[in-house]
Amino acid sequence: MSENDAVEEIIICQDVCKWFGDFQALKNCSLRVQAQEVVVIIGPSGSGKSTFIRCINRLEEHQAGDIIVDGIPLTRDVRNIEQIRSEAGMVFQQFNLFPHLTVMENITLAPIQVRKMKKEEAQETAMGLLNRVGIPEQADKYPGQLSGGQQQRVAIARSLAMSPKIMLFDEPTSALDPEMIKEVLDVMQELAETGMTMLVVTHEMGFAREVADRIVFMDAGEIMEVGTPEHFFTNAQHERTKLFLSQIL
Amino acid sequence: MTTAAGTPSDRSVLPVTERYTLLGWVRRNLFSDLFNSLLTIVALAFIVFVARLLLRWAFVSAEWAVIPANFNLIMRGQYPAVEAWRLWLVIYLLGTVVGVSWKLISGQFSGAARVLIAIPFALMFVPFFSMGTRLYLLITVVAASTGYLVAGFLPIQRRGRAVAYLILAYLIVMLILLRGVGAEEGPMPPVQPILWGGLLLSLLLAFFGITLSFPLGVLLALGRQSKLPAIRVISVVYIEFIRGVPLISLLFMGQVMLQLFLPDGFPLVDRVLRALVAITLFSAAYTAENVRGGLQSISRGQYEAAQALGLSTFQSTLHIILPQALRAVIPVLVGQFISLFKDTTLVALVGIFDLLGIARTIIANPDWLGTHPEVYAFVAVLFWIFSYSMSYASRRIEQRLGVGER
Repeated sequence: MSENDAVEEIIICQDVCKWFGDFQALKNCSLRVQAQEVVVIIGPSGSGKSTFIRCINRLEEHQAGDIIVDGIPLTRDVRNIEQIRSEAGMVFQQFNLFPHLTVMENITLAPIQVRKMKKEEAQETAMGLLNRVGIPEQADKYPGQLSGGQQQRVAIARSLAMSPKIMLFDEPTSALDPEMIKEVLDVMQELAETGMTMLVVTHEMGFAREVADRIVFMDAGEIMEVGTPEHFFTNAQHERTKLFLSQIL
Repeated sequence: MTTAAGTPSDRSVLPVTERYTLLGWVRRNLFSDLFNSLLTIVALAFIVFVARLLLRWAFVSAEWAVIPANFNLIMRGQYPAVEAWRLWLVIYLLGTVVGVSWKLISGQFSGAARVLIAIPFALMFVPFFSMGTRLYLLITVVAASTGYLVAGFLPIQRRGRAVAYLILAYLIVMLILLRGVGAEEGPMPPVQPILWGGLLLSLLLAFFGITLSFPLGVLLALGRQSKLPAIRVISVVYIEFIRGVPLISLLFMGQVMLQLFLPDGFPLVDRVLRALVAITLFSAAYTAENVRGGLQSISRGQYEAAQALGLSTFQSTLHIILPQALRAVIPVLVGQFISLFKDTTLVALVGIFDLLGIARTIIANPDWLGTHPEVYAFVAVLFWIFSYSMSYASRRIEQRLGVGER
């Protein structure tokens, strides 16, 4: 590895375009994310934030441009897609836990089925992860018996069980009651401190300011501005960025 | 606590007027106002009138002798009396298998197991069963209990898998026992399926119709949702074709037309087997549509979560989608299976002597002229016991599976 590669670019998006019918949801979005970086994507609703990160693990298919995740180009090749999906964990706004499985089974399913891990080993890992997100005592309950905040923490543990290199968060706190937002953000902050590469779509400006290495502002399907939190909150360049920040701060 | 919340402790008891007493219940539910009182009296008079007629018929004028005289015919058709021990062995083994399975995979299965064991118990109290029959039914219950107790001591690791193998083995043994092997003079001479009849045949047709049509129906439902056009079109055409024709026409086709298409000497010559094929194909189409309803109730988020974890389509279907989809349609499926059980009586019209077919032959017998109310009433009771057991079992399973759903 040459010295120039010391900073590894783990996600490369180049001129990504996406249409829903005639509506263009993403317009030439380009973004390079380095390993261990935390990038927060903000912007008004309907600006394409979620669509953008959903393209990265192919929950949405982009129609033009290139996406390369950890050196694997995202094409129609199913093997590439499956490989990228097992390296990029995703946390959803609506948690999307499997309601018919216990918390433990939710977390161990993918490691056992996809990684072919032994059941005992997977359960051991899962207990470790549940400890890490602070709810080891809930292992045998069903998702429906947990609070929203607990469910989202289980969802984070479920993604981490696949030992991903990247975590994608799609508005992880938007469906939560206010008093539960903090417990989820705390888990995410801790995860960021361990050096996980994270791409986070959120409206939590406090989190963005404190945890993000860089902030991306999107509007109307375009990446308008990229910069450090300091740059954003004190010295935003773009008119629309300023307008957005003035509305939410 | 109560003082802190500001509620006096005496409020924690229901007001006297709301508390349960028989008189209070009657007043509130039956005589709450003039119209309700009137309705109650009229309904009561009607019920008493009908019940008196029925009871007088049942205990005074009915000629019940027809039932004990034809009891074996009703139960097993023309299955030879000397081979009846094979049928009882099948039932004992079933009891044992149910007992063992109940112990090994308690939880989700226990409601259904309790019902299966309750059936022989309930049958012991049906009139006209001979003392011998009741003894055999009691043995079945004992076999089930023994299986349950013994299974507790078995050192089995993978219990779900063990039960699956046990049931598979049982099915094979059951078919061998029913059908027989070896020479005519051997210990277990073959009994052609066309001789199977009565309740035995009704239950077998329903059981195999359900167990064979279920997987086929699930595959068709998945096929109808497939992204591959060929599979989707085949599934849709099959489902819509079968749903467009009545079962009786399929049964006739099976009996009359199938030979025209098959080469001479093709093994599917047995008429009972042909009826079973028709029932299975028919039921599969309906199962498919019911399961499709369940598949559509699964939110997109579940598919996405499974994909995001790297599960393949097959894995997510097997572990995420199907368990939830099937759970959602248990009531509908059981309803369909109950009607399948009753629909098997249509085979009587193509000359196969199931429970209803046997009933018709008994009534047609000059010795028993005019006994059709008695025969049909008895047959109805038998059908009711099994149908009600199925619906009860389904409710229990639903309750069990409901844990943690919402």
